[in-house]
Amino acid sequence: MKITLVSFGIAKDIIGSREMEYELPDSASVGNLLEKLAHDYPDFKDLTSIRVAVNTEYAKNDQVISPQDEVVLIPPVSGG
Amino acid sequence: MQEISTYPLIYISENPLQPEAVIDLVKSDHCGGIDVFIGTVRNQTKGKTVVRLDFESYDKMALREMEKIARKAREKWPIDKIAIHHRKGSLAIGEIAVIIAVSTPHRKASFEACQFAIDTLKETVPIWKKEIFEDGEVWVAAHP
Repeated sequence: MKITLVSFGIAKDIIGSREMEYELPDSASVGNLLEKLAHDYPDFKDLTSIRVAVNTEYAKNDQVISPQDEVVLIPPVSGG
Repeated sequence: MQEISTYPLIYISENPLQPEAVIDLVKSDHCGGIDVFIGTVRNQTKGKTVVRLDFESYDKMALREMEKIARKAREKWPIDKIAIHHRKGSLAIGEIAVIIAVSTPHRKASFEACQFAIDTLKETVPIWKKEIFEDGEVWVAAHP
């Protein structure tokens, strides 16, 4: 399946664009997404952490992703 | 400038934040105290001169997380009103990045709730700042 992956902060710099189409196996989990990203973009391994938000909520690694989900990469936040 | 009464309690803006307006939002006849935290842009990090800060926000989720902070604070303290305003975009030294104001009947709760709100915001709200130095730039907290 194809998902639309949105990235902010340093995640956007690593991927090179705010939004990209990303190919994942059907019924892939958040954990599967992070594994594929670490493989395709080794710079993610250097980050303090990387979280994924699905439909504006922080998602756990076992959450299954659907093609229509809003999937967003959340590198370490630093507001305030 | 925007009318004071039209600002929401939870707010993200590219325009300069207004401390007076945020205080007005939480004023209440029931309350004996308003605590206000104002976060500003510092001119250095670990001895390195900062030129400016660029803030980026995932607005939709950031607003939801800010609402959650307000809700959790209300569960812990007898809050009358709580407002959280965050700036985004490019900020010069001394500009205000965040304002949190809390009104409660007695002062202790407003201090505690305000500290809880800013501490939690820094951990959960999807907003990122990039420090711009004279010779480069870095996303804060991105690397260990």
